[in-house]
Amino acid sequence: MAHSTVGVIFSNIHDENIPELSRHRTMASVPFGGRYRLIDFALSNMVNSGITTVGIVTKNNYQSLIDHLGSGKEWDLARKDGGIILLPPYSDETDRPYTTRLEALMSITGFLNHRREDYVVVSDCDGISHMDIADIVRFHEEKGADITMVYHDETKPCESSYFITLEPDPATGRIRGLKINPKDLKNGCGYHLYVNVMVMRREFLINTIQDAVTRGFSSFGRDILAKNVDTLKIYGYAFEGFYAGVNSMQDYYEHSMQLLDKAVRDEIFGNRDIYTKVRDSAPSKYLDGAYVANSLISDGCVVEGTVENCILFRGVKVGKGSVVKNSIIMQDTVIGENVTLDCVITDKNVVIRDRHSLAGCPELPYFISKGRML
Amino acid sequence: MLRKKECVAMLLAGGQGSRLYALTNNIAKPAVAFGAKYRIIDFPLSNCINSGIDTVGVLTQYEPLELNEYIGNGQPWDLDRAFGGVHILSPYQGKKKQSWFEGTANAIYQNLGFMKKYNPDYVLILSGDHIYKMNYAAMLRAHKETGADCTIAAIEVPLKEASRFGILNTNPDGSIYQFEEKPKVPKSNLASMGIYIFTAEKLYKYLEADDANPNSSKDFGKDVLPAMLNAGERMFSYRFKGYWKDVGTISSLWESNMDLLGDAPSFDVGDADWKIHSRNPLAPPEYIGEEAVVKNSMIALGCEVEGTVVNSVLASNVVVERGATVRDAVIMAGTVVKTGAVVEYSIVDENVVIGDGATVGEGKGAGAGIAVLGRNITIAAGAKVKGGEILDKDYKGE
Repeated sequence: MAHSTVGVIFSNIHDENIPELSRHRTMASVPFGGRYRLIDFALSNMVNSGITTVGIVTKNNYQSLIDHLGSGKEWDLARKDGGIILLPPYSDETDRPYTTRLEALMSITGFLNHRREDYVVVSDCDGISHMDIADIVRFHEEKGADITMVYHDETKPCESSYFITLEPDPATGRIRGLKINPKDLKNGCGYHLYVNVMVMRREFLINTIQDAVTRGFSSFGRDILAKNVDTLKIYGYAFEGFYAGVNSMQDYYEHSMQLLDKAVRDEIFGNRDIYTKVRDSAPSKYLDGAYVANSLISDGCVVEGTVENCILFRGVKVGKGSVVKNSIIMQDTVIGENVTLDCVITDKNVVIRDRHSLAGCPELPYFISKGRML
Repeated sequence: MLRKKECVAMLLAGGQGSRLYALTNNIAKPAVAFGAKYRIIDFPLSNCINSGIDTVGVLTQYEPLELNEYIGNGQPWDLDRAFGGVHILSPYQGKKKQSWFEGTANAIYQNLGFMKKYNPDYVLILSGDHIYKMNYAAMLRAHKETGADCTIAAIEVPLKEASRFGILNTNPDGSIYQFEEKPKVPKSNLASMGIYIFTAEKLYKYLEADDANPNSSKDFGKDVLPAMLNAGERMFSYRFKGYWKDVGTISSLWESNMDLLGDAPSFDVGDADWKIHSRNPLAPPEYIGEEAVVKNSMIALGCEVEGTVVNSVLASNVVVERGATVRDAVIMAGTVVKTGAVVEYSIVDENVVIGDGATVGEGKGAGAGIAVLGRNITIAAGAKVKGGEILDKDYKGE
């Protein structure tokens, strides 16, 4: 069944959720979990569900994404037919690049027309989960739905600048109400958050886009979903597993730290592979002065100091006498000797020289941008 | 594209490695795991690609399945090429004869067709049982500069060990006047590393002559090299200074793994200027738990360490449970060391389960040898495996 599904991933939507990390890259290529980028989770979910063709919609800042994806072979998506297909913005002299999801979909109708799969799964890169796409397609078929939207039950208000909540019929799953950016969400009150994964028949999506073009629509959420909630058969698929939406820097920090919990790790990484670009780093080394507790350490790291409750990305160095706690240290960051860090997030290639001391707090981790030297 | 390669490498990977005992029951020696994420063959293959040699024939014979699968299309070493790349060469049935590879020279002789397809000027002969980083391009340059017909890479070894090697006796200009295979009374301590560069035409000529000689044992060291020297061909040594270790025995394999550890290791696999390429495990970062103690060790992706790991090398997805201790040990992928178990001075192959409270091996100072556990076996809870013991079956204790 999943052979007959083509994937579409939006790499840029939600960039504004964590501007610190997406200033120089797409949301898709934001590093996560020690050796991954956010897109690895969406892509691996698709590949592990048997999908062999994924169109990746890009808009800007996508150099790091292209570098990450390469030919797609790490995801087993270097294929003669299909595989990873990058869909950069298309514009002629009069046009401007897309600004909404609907405009982005309009710009990829060529891709959609050329495919032969029956279904399309459209996904963003803002979530970390272990989702079986084939099961969502099965649900979609069983319900005879026009659109299936995946939701996850949340109790904390969503901090994203654009999000959708659903009101599914408890008995059938049919969506009876759909709100964009509702203001009345309160801490502790449960609601159904749309997690930016939806399934449609490919033909249905193409027809919907064409119809939207003739009517001059611009928003998929407002003009297509919200307006037609009564006329279209929109169903909600309840995703009950672990879902981490990255809607703010605080979310990013909190969900990263959840990976230190074995149950979360087992759900995300257990019984299947998360594919990512490899870089032939040596295994990590722990020297005599190392003291490491409750941390995830990636390949190529050299640890000589204390590391507690941390996530170390590839190639990080922690010098003698340094104490790093509750921090996320990205690729190739070098921490000198006798440095103290607490609740710090360093982007790639940061250098922190000897005897510096920096601290944030879990609500507001101290962020150091890419390539800075302190 | 030019339908020619200046230099083709031929990697002898057919050896059984019988001195590795349980570790090579089902795999060829070059496929043995090393250094937490590598296999022995990663070193010559990485040396090739880092030296600009992109055509490599890998000659397999003994238990080739896992080795073939590991090499695959060669992509991890950037050796998946339209013309060239890595090719597995196994013994084959021919119209006139069929035979196994009978010796190192015979193995190469049977694959003359492969080499000739690339019309090389030079052929580099390598073996798959050493850990080292070497720029073959520099050796090739020396070969061209001396105008040699054959250049043999050589390294100084302690004189007392010299009788284990092929020894080169050389003139001051590096030319070889005598070649002695494992001499009882060595005249020099300059040992052949089993790495040869031949001018292709000379190699073809001497391999054909060797094949026609019924008294030959079809070995490079014993037959081909002496024959060339006797015939007065130009043969030179190429001095290599650096780390080079034959990992053909349990103790040398253990030592070589330990050589990776520490701040200034005798062998650095993390050298950014000479990357060691390998097939990478698909695994999340390793997790080091709240109560874990990890000192002077190398740990690969996917490990879960809740216990104590000291002076050890852990390959991917190894689990060391709470209260368990791993000391002075090499643990290969997927092995589980359960609660309270102790592993000391040992080499443990892949996917072994060491039960609760079991002990494997004895402390390094105890005088017993290195304990070895073959792959896929279970050591029962509470069982004791003595130092120096080699097991390849499940063990319940005495």
